[in-house]
Formats: sequence, C-alpha cells, structure tokens
Amino acid sequence: MEQQTEQISVDFHRARAHIVAESRDEIKLELGEFAGPLDLLLYLIKQEQANIFDIPIARITGEYLKYIRLMKQLDIALAADFIVMAATLIEIKSKMLLPREIFGETTDAIEDPRQELVDRLLEHQKFQNAAQMLYERSTVEQAVFTRGHIESDDNNTEINATVFDLLYVFQRILARHKEEIQMEIQREEMSLSEMLKNLKRRIFSAKELYLSEFFQEMKSKQELVLAFIAVLEIVRTESVKLLQEKVFGEIILKAI
Amino acid sequence: MDLGIEEKQPRSIAELVSIVEALIFVADEPLSVKILADVLEEDRETIDSAIDELKNEYEQRSGGLQLREIAGGWQISTRTEFHEEIRKFLKTRPNAKLSLASLETLSVIAYKQPVTVPEILEIRGVQSASAIKTLLDKRLIVAGGRKETVGRPMQYGTSKSFLIQFGLKDLSELPSIEDFEDLVQ
Repeated sequence: MEQQTEQISVDFHRARAHIVAESRDEIKLELGEFAGPLDLLLYLIKQEQANIFDIPIARITGEYLKYIRLMKQLDIALAADFIVMAATLIEIKSKMLLPREIFGETTDAIEDPRQELVDRLLEHQKFQNAAQMLYERSTVEQAVFTRGHIESDDNNTEINATVFDLLYVFQRILARHKEEIQMEIQREEMSLSEMLKNLKRRIFSAKELYLSEFFQEMKSKQELVLAFIAVLEIVRTESVKLLQEKVFGEIILKAI
Repeated sequence: MDLGIEEKQPRSIAELVSIVEALIFVADEPLSVKILADVLEEDRETIDSAIDELKNEYEQRSGGLQLREIAGGWQISTRTEFHEEIRKFLKTRPNAKLSLASLETLSVIAYKQPVTVPEILEIRGVQSASAIKTLLDKRLIVAGGRKETVGRPMQYGTSKSFLIQFGLKDLSELPSIEDFEDLVQ
C-alpha cells in the first residue's frame, strides 16, 4: 500500500510555510513567524489568479477554510487571528448572498461588502513591500563601515586637575558625608514622649527653666518643634505655669 | 586684550573644508551642520558650501571612503564595495537580520508613527508584541507618550538609530507608502 503524502509548500513572501499532510490523521505544519491571515489570503488570491479588487469570495472562503482545518496544530494566538478572518470571510460571503436592494434604492450607492477587506489587503501589501524595501536598505547599510571606536568616544574627558583640586573635592565629599550622617541621627533621635520626659526631668529638678535656654539646646528644626509642643503639653497636663515678667521679656517655665 | 581677535583671521574655504572633514572624521555620530556651524562660528551657508566642496572631493577621488548625509548629519564611511575585505579584517559577520515579522512591524511604525499596538495589529492582521519587543531591544523604535483614547495605549515611533541603520537622512527620505501601491497587481 502506498503511503500518500501530500506536501503543500507555501511561499509567504520569503518566510516559507510548509503544510505537510502525512496520511489522514497527522498534520504537521511549519509556518514562518510572520505569516498571518492576511498573508494567507493574499497567497490564496494569487493562487486562484483572482483579481484583488473583485475577489471571488465563495471560492476564496472555501479555500481559506480548508487551510484553517489544516492549521489546527498552530499556536493559539495565531490561530485566533486566523479564525477571526474566517469569520469575517463568512460574514462577507453571507452579505454577498443577500439581495442588494434590501439595503437601499440604488445598487450603486451600496458599498461592496468586500470593500473593507480589500482595503486591508491593499494596505497590508503596501507594508509588506515597505518591509521588503527596509530589508534591502539594511542589507546595503551592513556593507558600510564607519571608523573604529576611539577612546574619546566614551566622553572620557582627560583629567585636567591638580592634586589639590582632588583634595578639595575629596574634602567636600567628606563634609557632605558628615552632614548626611548628622541628619540621619537627628531624624531617629527624638520622639515627642522623649522630649516630654526630658523637659519634665529638667523642670522638676530645677524648678524653673528659661524657655530661650531650653530652645537653644535644640539641634534641629524638628527638635525645636518637638520642644515647643512639649512645652505646650507640659503646661496643660502638669502643675507647671509659664511666666513672663515683662513684655517681650524672658518666658520662664515654673513648677508650682 | 584685543590682540587675540586681531590674530584670528577669517578662514579660507580650503581651510574650512579641511577642518570640516577633520570634525566629521572625529565625530562619533553623524555630525549636523548646526553643530559644525556652532563649533566653527560660521554660518550654516558657509558650512553647507564647505560640505558640498568636500563631497565633490570625495566623489572625484573615489577612494575607499565616502561622505554621506545620514540621520540629520554627515558621516565619513567606507564604500559598500569593500565590505568583504573589511569584514575579513574586522573578523565580523553581518548582524543577524531582522525577521520579516519585525521588518513588517517596523515598516508600519516608520510610516504610521506615532502608532499604537492595536493600530499595528489592524494593519498586519497578527499580534506584534514580540516584534515590538525586538525592535525596542534593538533601539530601532522608541515609546513616546500615550494616545488619549480607550486604554491610553503606548505610542511608538522610530529612533535616530533607525535612520542610521537604514541609511536615511531623515524620515522624509523614506519612499512614500503610496509608491508601494504600484507593486500591487
């Protein structure tokens, strides 16, 4: 018995698609990665020697569906695109079967149901040709070389500095570093409750406290704010009062 | 103080042509007329005529090098005829070519930019995600802003590197997309 092997080779604009049907149950398919439904359609139209502006839609749809059946082993993303196209073709085919008078008075005014598809095919073909042009251009460009890479291309400006410049920069970096560390400590240092505890201890051991003195001890804005809130808080909650002996004079915090 | 200015005499055309050549040679990327004009403190017309002269010299000599306008600037490069020998010396192979899927996607982006992924899908009829990723990786295209429409999709356009790799002066040098219609049967 002779094994019947049918091999259809499809040349999709350079990327070649093979549809190898071995016996009835096994279908092996190799497709170029770019081949989509529009490519298949263009191929079929060419194969049928049909005019792209007057597609014999029933025949092409039939051919297309035959290929779709062969393509069952394709990956899903691709297959989905192909199925959408199949649906579009069937829709157009059914529209073509309907008497045209239904849609309007004159046949001339009615748009051919194939028109949108034809437009897409033409558009697609234009870009295929454009891609071909790009391909040729890049091939030519690959035969052109510019001068080799030289050191100055790295924007590696020569060091035009003395040892003292370096030292100065280094000092500045060190100074900046110090500042950064200081700030870090401050940030973590104080909470309101700590500030309050500190203030209470001071006031109850000394009985009175000059506010200006207390505020001056603060190392940062944050601490100042905390100190201020702590003063307000201690006056509210503890037996402490604020005294000011003359206008614009010193404010004294005093334990009662 | 004024001595410095007095010493600086206007350059002769021949001198200017030589300086322009030297600058183009040393530049890492295609060198624009604007930059040349700024650096040399000459006006653009003067630079243009110096480049014309230089281009003539290159053509007449027809040596191993050519002066080309590319990606908005001027560049000195080897002539295509000698690529085999150059490759042999450099021990390089041609870069891996872009797949046709990538090229097709690139052509859609080049002609339709700024363009979104759904718009590319509409024209190509297939998903283009992996091709777009390849093109982004190769820096042939760049993402530029989002389209104010449903889903605010990202828009893509071609890069300067695209112009260089495809040997184009600028985008207007691309043949009109309508020209490709003639090829349609």
